[in-house]
Parts: sequence; C-alpha cells; structure tokens
Amino acid sequence: MPSGDRTVLEVRGLRTAFQTRSGSVYAVNDVSFDVKRGELLGVVGESGSGKSVTMMSLIGLLPMPPARIEAGEVLLDGEDLLKASPARLRNVRGGEVGFVFQDPMTSLNPVFPVGFQIVEPLRRHMGLSKKAARDRAVELLELVGIPGARARLDDYPHQFSGGMRQRVMIAIALACDPKLLIADEPTTALDVTIQAQILELVHKLRDELGMAIVWITHDLGVIAQIADRVLVMYGGQVVEQAPVRPLFRDPRHPYTRALLKTIPSVTGERAAKLQVIEGQPPILGAFPTACPFRDRCPLAFERCHAQNPAREVVAEGHDVACFHPSAQGAEAVA
Amino acid sequence: MTRPLVEVRDLKMHFPIHAGLLRRQIGAVRAVDGVSFDIREGETLGLVGESGCGKSTCGRAVLRLYDITDGEIVIDGKAIGHEDQNSLRHVRPTMQMVFQDPQASLNPRMTVARIISEPLDEHTKMSGAEKRARVLELMDKVGLNPTFASRYPHEFSGGQRQRIGIARALALNPKFIVCDEPIAALDVSIQAQVVNLLEELQDELGLTYLFISHDLSMVRHIADRVAVMYLGKIAELAPRDDLYAQPLHPYTQALLSAVPEPDPAQSDNQGERIVLRGDVPSPANPPDGCNFCTRCPAVMDVCRRIDPDFREVTPGRYVACHLYDPEHGGTAPEQTGGANPGTAQARTGTYPSTQQGGNP
Ligand SMILES: Nc1ncnc2c1ncn2[C@@H]1O[C@H](COP(=O)(O)OP(=O)(O)O)[C@@H](O)[C@H]1O
Ligand SMILES: Nc1ncnc2c1ncn2[C@@H]1O[C@H](COP(=O)(O)OP(=O)(O)O)[C@@H](O)[C@H]1O
Ligand SMILES: [Mg+2]
Ligand SMILES: [Mg+2]
Repeated sequence: MPSGDRTVLEVRGLRTAFQTRSGSVYAVNDVSFDVKRGELLGVVGESGSGKSVTMMSLIGLLPMPPARIEAGEVLLDGEDLLKASPARLRNVRGGEVGFVFQDPMTSLNPVFPVGFQIVEPLRRHMGLSKKAARDRAVELLELVGIPGARARLDDYPHQFSGGMRQRVMIAIALACDPKLLIADEPTTALDVTIQAQILELVHKLRDELGMAIVWITHDLGVIAQIADRVLVMYGGQVVEQAPVRPLFRDPRHPYTRALLKTIPSVTGERAAKLQVIEGQPPILGAFPTACPFRDRCPLAFERCHAQNPAREVVAEGHDVACFHPSAQGAEAVA
Repeated sequence: MTRPLVEVRDLKMHFPIHAGLLRRQIGAVRAVDGVSFDIREGETLGLVGESGCGKSTCGRAVLRLYDITDGEIVIDGKAIGHEDQNSLRHVRPTMQMVFQDPQASLNPRMTVARIISEPLDEHTKMSGAEKRARVLELMDKVGLNPTFASRYPHEFSGGQRQRIGIARALALNPKFIVCDEPIAALDVSIQAQVVNLLEELQDELGLTYLFISHDLSMVRHIADRVAVMYLGKIAELAPRDDLYAQPLHPYTQALLSAVPEPDPAQSDNQGERIVLRGDVPSPANPPDGCNFCTRCPAVMDVCRRIDPDFREVTPGRYVACHLYDPEHGGTAPEQTGGANPGTAQARTGTYPSTQQGGNP
C-alpha cells in the first residue's frame, strides 16, 4: 500500500448548520479529519449522519442560506478553503478537487455531449487547446474503461448505460489531475458487477496516480475492499476513526460494533436473525451537548446524557468518542 | 411430498415494441423469456439478478398483473395463467404484492386506516366496525402504533411506510406474497427491521414468499432457495446453502464474486474476483445460443449456437449451462450435499418436478 505521508486535506472543527423554517438543523458538529496522498479514506454512517453535508461544505457546494458554516478550517495543501474567494473556489472545484456523486444524471448536463463536458474543464482549468483537450478526453474515457472512447465523445449522457455514465462522471472528476477526489456514494445505485469494475478502477487511481480519495458509502463491504482508513459518522459527528483492519477486527464505539453486526454477508456465518439497532437516529435540532448515540446505546450511563465525549486516541491511528470503559479497551460488560 | 403452492412453467412475458407512424409492431422486449420454478408452501424463494434482467416483470406476471405471453401458472391448485381479469378477482385475495418504494405505492391523500382497509372494501362484506378492528389488528401485527391510524403516509418514516404496505398486503389473509425489492429504498439499519418483520409474519401466518432483490447477502439471509436470473431467463436455481457455497453457473459465480465482503483481510485476494466485461445485451435483441455467451468467461463454441436447457444436474439443483450437460461435452457437478444433508433431502423434488426431460 502506498504511504505518501504528505497530507493533502486537513479539516479541523468543521461546523455546518441549516436555518430552516422549522428551526435549525445542526448537521455537522466539530468534524475533523485528514487525508494523505495515495490514501483512501472511507466514510460510513447511516443516512442523515452528515456525510454529504461535510463534503459539500469543503468546497462551497452548499446553498447559503439556508446553510451556514459556523466554524472550522479546511486546509487543502495548507490553503484554507473556507477563506477562499468564490472565484478561487470555482477553480478548485473540477481542478484540484474532483467530485463524483451518486446519481450521474443529476450531475451530467443532459443537453451537452459527454466529450464537451470533459473538454470544457480541461480548457478552462488547464488552458489546453481544443485538439489537445479532445485527445486528453479520449485518454480519460479509456482510463475509466469506456470502449471505443473516441467514437463516443459526441454521444449524449442518455446514450450511456448507468454504469457507463458513472464512469464518465469519474473521467470528468479526474480530468484536471485532482490532488483530491471526493466520491459520495458513487456506486450505490449500480449493480454489483458494475460496482466491482469501478472499485477496481479506484484501486488503480490511488495506487498508480497517488491520488488522495475520500469515499462515502453506507456499504461496509465496499469499505472493507477499498479503504485504507475509515471515519465512522453518527449524528453529525465523527464517533470513531481507525485504519481499516483494526476497525473491523476491534471496533470500539458501540455504534460501530452494532453496525458491523447488522450486515449479512454472502460468505461466512449466516445468522438466524438479523441484528438491528433499535430506535431512531437523533434529531439534530440543537447543538449536541450529550453523546448523540446515547438513546440507542446499550452501554449508555449517566455521563453520556450530560456530556458529549471527545475523540480519544486508543491505539495508533485509532480514536473513538465514547465514555464507556470498553471503548478504551477494557472488556465489554454487556 | 406436499404439492407446491406456486408452480410456474415456461413463463414468457414479451412487451411489444411499436414504431413508425402506423405504430406497427417491429419487435418485442423479451423481459421474461421462459422461466420455470416452484415455491413450496411456507417457503421463501429468492429471485436475484441485476437491474433489467426481468425480476419485477416475472413477479408481476406470476400474480397476473399482466396478460402473459405464454406459459402456465398454478397457484394454490388453480391454473391462472390464462384466466381473464374478471375471473381472477376470486383468487386475488390469496396473492399479494409488497413494493419497493413505499412512498410511491401509498396514496398520499388517504389515511393509513383507509389505505389498509381498501382491500377489505373491495373484497369483503365486513361492517365498518369490523374493518376498523381488522385495521387496528393489522397495524399492531406489523409493529405500527394503532393510535396513528388517522395519520397520512408522509407523517411516517420510510421503514414505517413499508410496514403500512405490508399491513395492506396482509389484509385479506393471503397465502402468497411477492416482495419486489421491499428493502431497497431503506437505510441499512432499517432494512434489517423490515426483513425480521417479514420473517416473523411468515412463521406466524405460514406465508409463502417470492422475494425479489438485487442484494445477494440479504437474499442469503431470507431465502430457502434462490433463483438467479439473467436477461429474462433463470440461469441457476438451488437451495440457498448450495448456491452460495458452490455456485455452478458462471454468471452466478461472477455475481457472487462481485459482492464486496465486509472483511478487509479478503481485499488482498482481489485477483480471485471475476470482473465481467461489457454490458448486458438488450432483451429486445438477445444473442443466439446461451444468453450469457457474450460475457461468459467459460464460453465454448456450442454456447453461441445452442441455448442450454434448464436441467436438474444434482438433486434439487437446476442450471442452464452446457458446462454441466454431458450431451455437449460437459460434466455433471460433484454433489455438495449441502451443509445439512437432512434439509437437502427435504428440498429435493421441488421444482421443477424431477422428470422434465423432453419437455422444453
Ligand atoms: N438543505 C438542507 N436543509 C436543511 N437540512 C438539511 C439540508 N441538507 C441536509 N440537511 C440535513 O443535514 C443532515 C445531514 O445530512 P447529509 O449530510 O445529507 O447526511 P448523509 O449524507 O450522511 O446521509 C440531515 O439531518 C439532513 O436532513
Ligand atoms: N411495461 C413495459 N414495457 C416495455 N418494456 C418493459 C416494461 N416493463 C419492463 N420492461 C423491460 O423489461 C426488462 C425487464 O425489466 P424488469 O422486470 O423491471 O427488470 P428488473 O426488475 O430485474 O430490474 C427491462 O429491459 C425493461 O426495460
Ligand atoms: Mg449523503
Ligand atoms: Mg425491478
């Protein structure tokens, strides 16, 4: 595994809230993490846990209002993007930072041929000539595995299958050699065989191009296959972070433990009954002053209702936000 | 041996393609193109395959929501394949469907109570009070708080809306329910709750399920036997443990190997993964021979010429593949025996019934 240890992205104390008619939503609360060159950071958590809002906050993709970034630093190679001008952010997007979202149909423009949609950022961000940009577009489409790439430059998005469109999105995200690729549930809507093709490609990008990648998914199978390090989010907070193997072998947060127990698999033991995490995710109507998982946690005690635990290091590269002694490594009681 | 509750033979559902000014028929989408299976009473048959392979069409055709192109369907002893919609009215109560998107399948302007009692209005002569009592009983059965009976669907979460859909499907005491991707739209933690509910209801009411899903790990959990569909046909049908332990059809093998395992130690074995190349052909224009021949890693000459029969290759295991057909140079697979020979034994003899040679 490549371990370029240069930090590409460093996020510190990010807070994002929405002002809505029915009150505030505290979507992202003091989130901190970093990503290194050649590293793939997986981000998991159930829907509503703040994964997308976190990533969209980084490069100014949230509508403001209703969104407001209330605190934090987002350092891309040392430059704080939260202080950057709108013009600079436009340059960062599609230039130094590439994006892929779950549904390619909402991000690809249906009225332009896909070739144009790759060529355009190349000319804008990299100043390539029309000819050079078209050649580079063909190269990119080949890289992501689109057969007969040159002949398909003038095709429109609807002429591609779902898997092919998702590859086109990845090609666009990669067009300007980004330092950082952010992928938000990019394979969730795809069939497993197509997902397998895309995961194979992502391995290659990380290993061969040394790209830093943030990959959001709710699929722990995908995380296990591609992540170097994992961030577990719950209720707008990071509750656990660990390198991928320790996370699966020795999860410390009760939420992570429960999450790992709920997934059925195609090999291994088949449970007679699926584990469920009882209860509902928290309502984020106020800034959290207690543990967000307390109401669903089998181990919750007094302190969890009075204070919000901070992330504590429990092993190298492994930290967890939990007051219970078992999180620190003591044997679990329950 | 009890008779299967559901018997499907050579079912075909083709959708005509029209074109031109005169809207002449120029072809057909062969969404379901000759599938056969049985489902025993109280059993769950999983139906898996990638999007567009014909799973939903198959489920709907079995319930006769379509006028089918060809084939036989017997449910609870009644042949319904070619009945007209009017005479189907009498059998409708025994067979129901639960849909993928609870949002889209529930009328937003009706209260939960009205949604659940709609089938009762339609098919019973219950009094208002009886219906009311039945609705509350059903809500309780699926884990919905009966005091919410007068609320509207949008006031519920996705998982709760799916419970409303299940309550409605149960209203007329059906024997057979087609569950078409019932958990696909739900969050992972909620999926487990709904699957557990479906299993509890099955135990309690003796329900028989056709469980359609593209989620192979969830199907492994819920199904007793599994049918794998590709491009309108069943590639393989087997008892669950046999299928997952030793998939026979190259498509099943590829499909299973594509599922990422939640175990990072296995990510180093990337090389063993079978990654299929190319796209699924159009069901309007399937290839000659085996419909998987354009992507099969084990393709032989014969596969491009002759469509393999769907044959029983070891007791209870059915495969449509020349690799296992001695007539075309293939070899019969070794018998796995399954994890538990007792259950393997019990499953033998269910679809398609043992001898079907000479019956294409
Ligand atoms: N435009 C918005 N207005 C109000 N609340 C929002 C908006 N976008 C997201 N949220 C809320 O922010 C929280 C985090 O959402 P999100 O980051 O999308 O979760 P995830 O990606 O983990 O599923 C959720 O409670 C969501 O309802
Ligand atoms: N009413 C219809 N008219 C024409 N084609 C249809 C119709 N319904 C489904 N199809 C086609 O039949 C094929 C199988 O679809 P479907 O049964 O929905 O697949 P699945 O449920 O496995 O995703 C697809 O090619 C689909 O486009
Ligand atoms: Mg999201
Ligand atoms: Mg379907």
